[in-house]
Amino acid sequence: MLAALGQGSVAELFEVIPERLRARAWDLPPGMSEPEVGQYLAKLAGLNAQDLVCFLGGGFYDHHIPAAVDALISRGEFYTAYTPYQAEMSQGTLQSIFEYQSAICRLTGLDAANASMYDGGTAIYEAAMMAVRKTKRKKLIVCTSVSPIYRIMLKSYTVNLHLELVEADLSDPSALQGLLDQDTAGLILQNPDFFGVLHDYAPHFEAVHAVKGLGILGCNPIALAVAKTPVEMGADIAVGEGQPLGLPLSFGGPYLGFMAAAEGLLRTMPGRIVGRAHDKEGRTGYCLTLQTREQHIRREKATSNICSNEALCALAAVIFLGLMGKQGLVELAELNMTQAAYARERLGAIPGVEAVDQGPWFNEFRVRLPIDARVAVSRMIDKGIAAGFPLGRYYPDQANNLLVAVTEKRSKEEIGYLAEGLEAVL
Amino acid sequence: MKTIFEKSRPGRRAASLPCSRVDERFCQLSQLPPELRREKPAELPEVAEIDLVRHYTLLSRMNFGVDVGTYPLGSCTMKYNPKFTEWAARLPGFAGLHPLLPQLRRGGLLAQGALRVVYELEQLLKQITGMDAFTMQPLAGAHGELTGIMLMAAYHKDKGNQKSIVLVPDSAHGTNPASAAIAGYQVVTVPSKDGVMDPVAFKEKLNDEVAGVMMTNPNTLGLFNPHIAEITEAAHRADAIMYYDGANLNAIMGYAKPADLGFDIVHLNLHKTFGTPHGGGGPGAGPVGVVEKLMDYLPISRVEMRADGTLFLNYDHPNSIGYVAPFYGNFGVCLKAFAYILALGGEGLKEVSEDAVLAANYLRVKLGDKWEVAFNRPCMHEVVFSAEDKAADYGVSALDVAKALIDEGFHPPTVYFPLVVKESLMIEPTETEALENLDAFIAAMGRIADKAAGDPEALHAAPITTPVGRLDEVAAARHPVLKEPEDQGA
Ligand SMILES: Cc1ncc(COP(=O)(O)O)c(C=O)c1O
Repeated sequence: MLAALGQGSVAELFEVIPERLRARAWDLPPGMSEPEVGQYLAKLAGLNAQDLVCFLGGGFYDHHIPAAVDALISRGEFYTAYTPYQAEMSQGTLQSIFEYQSAICRLTGLDAANASMYDGGTAIYEAAMMAVRKTKRKKLIVCTSVSPIYRIMLKSYTVNLHLELVEADLSDPSALQGLLDQDTAGLILQNPDFFGVLHDYAPHFEAVHAVKGLGILGCNPIALAVAKTPVEMGADIAVGEGQPLGLPLSFGGPYLGFMAAAEGLLRTMPGRIVGRAHDKEGRTGYCLTLQTREQHIRREKATSNICSNEALCALAAVIFLGLMGKQGLVELAELNMTQAAYARERLGAIPGVEAVDQGPWFNEFRVRLPIDARVAVSRMIDKGIAAGFPLGRYYPDQANNLLVAVTEKRSKEEIGYLAEGLEAVL
Repeated sequence: MKTIFEKSRPGRRAASLPCSRVDERFCQLSQLPPELRREKPAELPEVAEIDLVRHYTLLSRMNFGVDVGTYPLGSCTMKYNPKFTEWAARLPGFAGLHPLLPQLRRGGLLAQGALRVVYELEQLLKQITGMDAFTMQPLAGAHGELTGIMLMAAYHKDKGNQKSIVLVPDSAHGTNPASAAIAGYQVVTVPSKDGVMDPVAFKEKLNDEVAGVMMTNPNTLGLFNPHIAEITEAAHRADAIMYYDGANLNAIMGYAKPADLGFDIVHLNLHKTFGTPHGGGGPGAGPVGVVEKLMDYLPISRVEMRADGTLFLNYDHPNSIGYVAPFYGNFGVCLKAFAYILALGGEGLKEVSEDAVLAANYLRVKLGDKWEVAFNRPCMHEVVFSAEDKAADYGVSALDVAKALIDEGFHPPTVYFPLVVKESLMIEPTETEALENLDAFIAAMGRIADKAAGDPEALHAAPITTPVGRLDEVAAARHPVLKEPEDQGA
């Protein structure tokens, strides 16, 4: 090859880099063989808790992932491809995204979904920005029962944008009076809320529509199998974290932000969107569409800067939804609720422990302990149980409150250990 | 092909759920009151596992990945992704780990392995780029750019600087101006001269209003900007921050470090340079590195080491810009990149850049007979051709060339980007394509060039070997059908 270039050495090809700017040190370790790297990583994996019984949730859940999900997304034709710019040779990715968009629309009841956002938090931020763009207004109202993690993200992203971010407890819609005004771009709520409680936010969204703002609802995709849909409540945009749909917890990612919106918001949506199309012979296919919203065409005027998204996670999600199916997803949601209801009763029966909310709940709930929940949880870790998330970390006035998540994977026995263990450490 | 919804048959199912075994009365509790319940179930497919597995297997066969063949999609670094990194990411000790665990008191001790991956990867990326600290939070390249601009803003705010402009060269990737704009900055474009950002034009645009400059070097034309020191020194005199888009790091590993070139912030695309697969459009990961003066502003948490050698999450950085991701980034992707870097080692990474640059130059020279190189001088890891002459002489566009390559069994290069070259074909062979694959690509491009002259109609008709031909994208955008109608498969 060098001969073809008329070059004596590869180093000559780097001569365009001025000598004084060249790397002086390159102190990286020597390479390793596959078995050596494998051993090292297996050792590191072994330093993480493996058999902990998990009652941690907070928006991220230990659900069962059917084996077929991984088998299918592990096909190299899918996972070693990139964004389907060349539609004719990317029909697999494109059609599966179209199916994913269809499934998200059917879950949320809304008109159009995009191909994915990075995660649930960035999806909320992007939805908020859609509301700002669409209404040309500056105020965003966020309920304090929206994930505190996502609220911090929203604050971080918007701090320089001259927006007004108002946080308030909006469980009762009358709390919106005095907040809603002619400058309100959007109202952001979450169902089930961060404490696991299910709501009907129809009155809230009616109120925000009365001032011509937009309603944004963060949702748990499995709860959507049974809960009132965003569209039935009057939301204009639904977003959420898709991790429960067949994605491993994987220490925080890769996850999947999903987004769906009402028809009229389509052209302000961020991200890739796949549409159905036809070739000259009338054959049906799929292609990226409405690209004039996007950064590669519009540059600084684009609706978002997103380019790579979470396509493979969206594929996992649509496969998961297909495997669960129409009836199975409802059963899965109900099983989560059943196990959680049992856990709630068991924990509530412990002397000194009481339920905080009235419910109804999905698969997570909070209980008030007689001691600091952080202390209780750290004692439970010795028993091999991650008992839940102490809320004091994000809600300083809730130091004794523990958020407990129960999925279909938590058996009656494990719930029993949790109750017995907790009773013993209090 | 029919959609999974069209294949739905009432009553079929694949779900296998555990039995509850708790008292019946708890099941009653899972029945929601009507005002909280959806009216009817979502019309998800009703299929058996075999139906579903065949469906997605057939779809995968209508897809083209690096595992299938050569994929010289410029700017995207479509190198081969070693399989053992997939294995690593699926180790239960990593895949099953709940991200909130280390936020529990004493929970961090149960996540030491994962924290070590983040910590050690940070050390390696620091060494590779010369930066002083990294955050793994950004979830893709563009997300890294947004994070970087937020860091830039925090720096200027702290110093009391009033700056509202970000400069980008005209050859920049679309995400650069988009990221600066959504972070609240006005974007000003700097023209290129002879393929690279012109230092004279740059200095004309540079003033006290400029908060930062976003560049990639080599740029999207595959050309290294030899004036980089002059540019970064001028920028620093104006207290502007130099941002390095690391999408093109594959060209310079072991030869140059962004910090030595004068950059203050860098994002890396782990899914490009460090061999993690692109997933059909993601997930990626876009860690951001900074020099010391910007360290205080990095997102929280940061993984730090205690005196006893254990690692912990430090949230106590009061000047931090906050959270850009819910946790510690796309950990699974970071883990694959970590495995990749460990396997290659310092020498291996240097060889990556050498082979990538060698391959691109080989194509530049060998294709040069029949194709017009946009800038005919040694390139780095990618090379841009123009089909402008073919378009003028025979009416054959870059798009026609791309579609013809599909029939030849290759993924086409990036077309119509960078915008500074008309009818551009941006080719990035990467280091993992063997000589015979490069030669096969050259031969295919030769046949296409001949056809352009001899039988241009055949190129307009391409591709003919795919499940569908060219789709009417204009009609698709005018009357968007973005989902299966509800009555389908219901
Ligand atoms: C030069 C350049 N910059 C930035 C990006 C954006 O990276 P990502 O797609 O990971 O967001 C890309 C990727 O397409 C790129 O090629």
